[in-house]
Amino acid sequence: MAQAASIRKTLTIGEGGTALAMVALAALSILISAKAHTAAYAFHAALFAAGSIATVFVIMNRFFARPAEPVPQVIDGKPNYNYGPIKFATIAALFWGIAGFTVGLYAALELAYPALNFDLPFLNFGRIRPLHTSAVIFAFGGNVLLATSFYVVQRTSHARLAGDIAPWFVVLGYNFFILIAGTGYLLGITQSKEYAEPEWYADLWLTIVWVAYLLVFLATLAKRREPHIYVANWFYLAFIVTVAMLHIGNNVAIPLSIFSPKSYIVWSGVQDAMVQWWYGHNAVGFFLTAGFLAIMYYFVPKQANRPVYSYRLSIVHFWALIFIYIWAGPHHLHYTALPDWAQTLGMVFSIILWMPSWGGMINGLMTLQGAWDKLRTDPVLRMMVVSVAFYGMSTFEGPLMSIKAVNSLSHYTDWTIGHVHSGALGWVGYISFGAIYCLVPWIWNRSRLYSLRLVNWHFWVSTLGIVLYISAMWVSGILQGLMWRAYTSQGFLEYSFIETTEAMHPFYVIRALGGGLFLAGALIMVFNIWKTITSPETETVTTTRPQLVAAE
Amino acid sequence: MSVWAKHQVFEKNSLVLLVGILVVVAIGGLVEILPLFYLKSTIETVEGMRPYTPLELAGRNIYIREGCYNCHSQMIRPLRDEVERYGPYSLAAESKFDHPFQWGSKRTGPDLARVGGKYSDEWQRAHLINPRSVVPGSIMPGYPFLATNVLDATHIEDDLRVQAMLGVPYTPEMIAAARADVAIQATADDPKAGELAKRYPKALSRDFDGKPGEPTEMDALVAYLQMLGTLVDFKTYDRKANVR
Repeated sequence: MAQAASIRKTLTIGEGGTALAMVALAALSILISAKAHTAAYAFHAALFAAGSIATVFVIMNRFFARPAEPVPQVIDGKPNYNYGPIKFATIAALFWGIAGFTVGLYAALELAYPALNFDLPFLNFGRIRPLHTSAVIFAFGGNVLLATSFYVVQRTSHARLAGDIAPWFVVLGYNFFILIAGTGYLLGITQSKEYAEPEWYADLWLTIVWVAYLLVFLATLAKRREPHIYVANWFYLAFIVTVAMLHIGNNVAIPLSIFSPKSYIVWSGVQDAMVQWWYGHNAVGFFLTAGFLAIMYYFVPKQANRPVYSYRLSIVHFWALIFIYIWAGPHHLHYTALPDWAQTLGMVFSIILWMPSWGGMINGLMTLQGAWDKLRTDPVLRMMVVSVAFYGMSTFEGPLMSIKAVNSLSHYTDWTIGHVHSGALGWVGYISFGAIYCLVPWIWNRSRLYSLRLVNWHFWVSTLGIVLYISAMWVSGILQGLMWRAYTSQGFLEYSFIETTEAMHPFYVIRALGGGLFLAGALIMVFNIWKTITSPETETVTTTRPQLVAAE
Repeated sequence: MSVWAKHQVFEKNSLVLLVGILVVVAIGGLVEILPLFYLKSTIETVEGMRPYTPLELAGRNIYIREGCYNCHSQMIRPLRDEVERYGPYSLAAESKFDHPFQWGSKRTGPDLARVGGKYSDEWQRAHLINPRSVVPGSIMPGYPFLATNVLDATHIEDDLRVQAMLGVPYTPEMIAAARADVAIQATADDPKAGELAKRYPKALSRDFDGKPGEPTEMDALVAYLQMLGTLVDFKTYDRKANVR
């Protein structure tokens, strides 16, 4: 011990390097802030400066407070898991979830009652809608993926998360990206590529964070004490790598100057459309599907206490899913000026994609074999199983809508919005809620959730919300598509555009009601999680959970 | 050794798994995207396409800033009802200078690919300031602030310069004249309007916001809307020559 105490405390390469990089970033940001072309960009540069200076302070503070020795990798023969960044990402997911759902509800109400736009730039639907989509996909979904992937990769590798500063840099840096993106939309900074709206400097920052994420994930896998990489980690890895490829490919742009937030994408017209939907569809395929399938592959078997149904099915559907998904993008461009050969490829692969999607669904659902009775008693498991059922439903609906004849009716209408939300609310939302309900007691060392009754309430209130939402959008979408192409017996178009808009009103009200219920359910969850974390523990926790069976 | 056992090479080596994933996910994109850059049939041969004037480009950037693409497509599909409702179906050539494209994905409002010239400037202004003053059932937000915001065109040369780097045929002369062209196009009966129309054929010059004085954001946006879909003359366009 005496020897240990005599170790001289020195800055690690991570601490020193990060601090130096942040000092440089702060200097650059202050310069940009002073010479920025627009006030909004100056504000963003000031945020970068404040963030990087705060980071330097935190690193130095942490250095003076910490012991000289590095954090032990193993304590009493057990891996010393790193839960700090996971806790942060979990709380951030809850925060951004509520924010994103609320903004979504507001956007829905704006479509039903346009006076709610108040003629203000930052409240206009055109700026609010990207705020909603980014907040729910990247802020809520992204933090859920960060939290669960950092948890799963540690537990299935039996190793502490690689890096000391790096995992924190990933989690905090990612949330800083969200802040820049979200405030940017409200201030009118956007490059107008759907689900890729942030401008060049935010994209650059995200690229740095994402590379760090990949490195932390790979380095943790490299430390694993299990010979096999667990199946959930295949999906996480595919998600991280592919999102990096898509993000870079879709955002190649040249800024007007380093002092301007504005840039022009290098692609144009038809090529830009193809690149955008190669990105856009695979943001669904890899961010919202592969990443969340990874969650399914860890949390469903864990909560059901059953091994994954079929190892071979997981191999087949993993490779098939990631290979085929990439091709499906052109189904967003049916009957447009994109050449027919590309449209046909997109349609054919979208239909084939039905199979690997259902392979994943079957593997998730059948994992409950022998444990179906738990659906009656465990509302958390029920939430996750219903989520997989929604996954099956929307991955059937998707191929259907990608058929050109169907798409000629459904494209440009609310049917697409309904389809997206059955996937987003049902699949992504419920698997995330299920994972959070599992994760919080595990990482905060609680024996159980504060209340299972409240989980039940959350489940039923938001399920009612989803049903209202998606059925309203089906009806309004199909109705609108049919009205646009309706002809009178004399051969004239039967409806003017505004008549079709007016016909949507009741469905927009029902949709907002559905979204409100979904938000109410999420608020119940936040209360439940809050009480779980803050309630004093009455009994000692036994951490003897069953070990996962390796994917073999 | 069974095929399943061979898969262990991926399960036991994270870098092999990483490379495997990269190869598998790269294929689809390469096959669907790369040919679009070299197949000549991708973009039709048409007459009339020209780069946006500086004022139109500034208007387009306001269109992007306000997120108009969230509710308005600019892509008419070759379907009977769309062609009758909106006009000739959109050609790939019509967006070849668009960085980024604005085809959109949703029609909460109508398609705008050929909105140019369909309504008067006065109608466009009234509609942008308060959509329900001209279309009572509209659910579009109002943009009254566009009429009062003075257009910031101080860096418009940079916009043209970057676009020229990306292959949009802006000449050095166009770039040098960019700032002046903004003012010329937004002024009624400007003596230099003829020079502008030489640089940018079919460019309309007038006081789009109906207010003399410095160009506003309304000038720019209305100038953009009024030229949308008007560059290609479909009376002379030869469809058969471009069968793809």
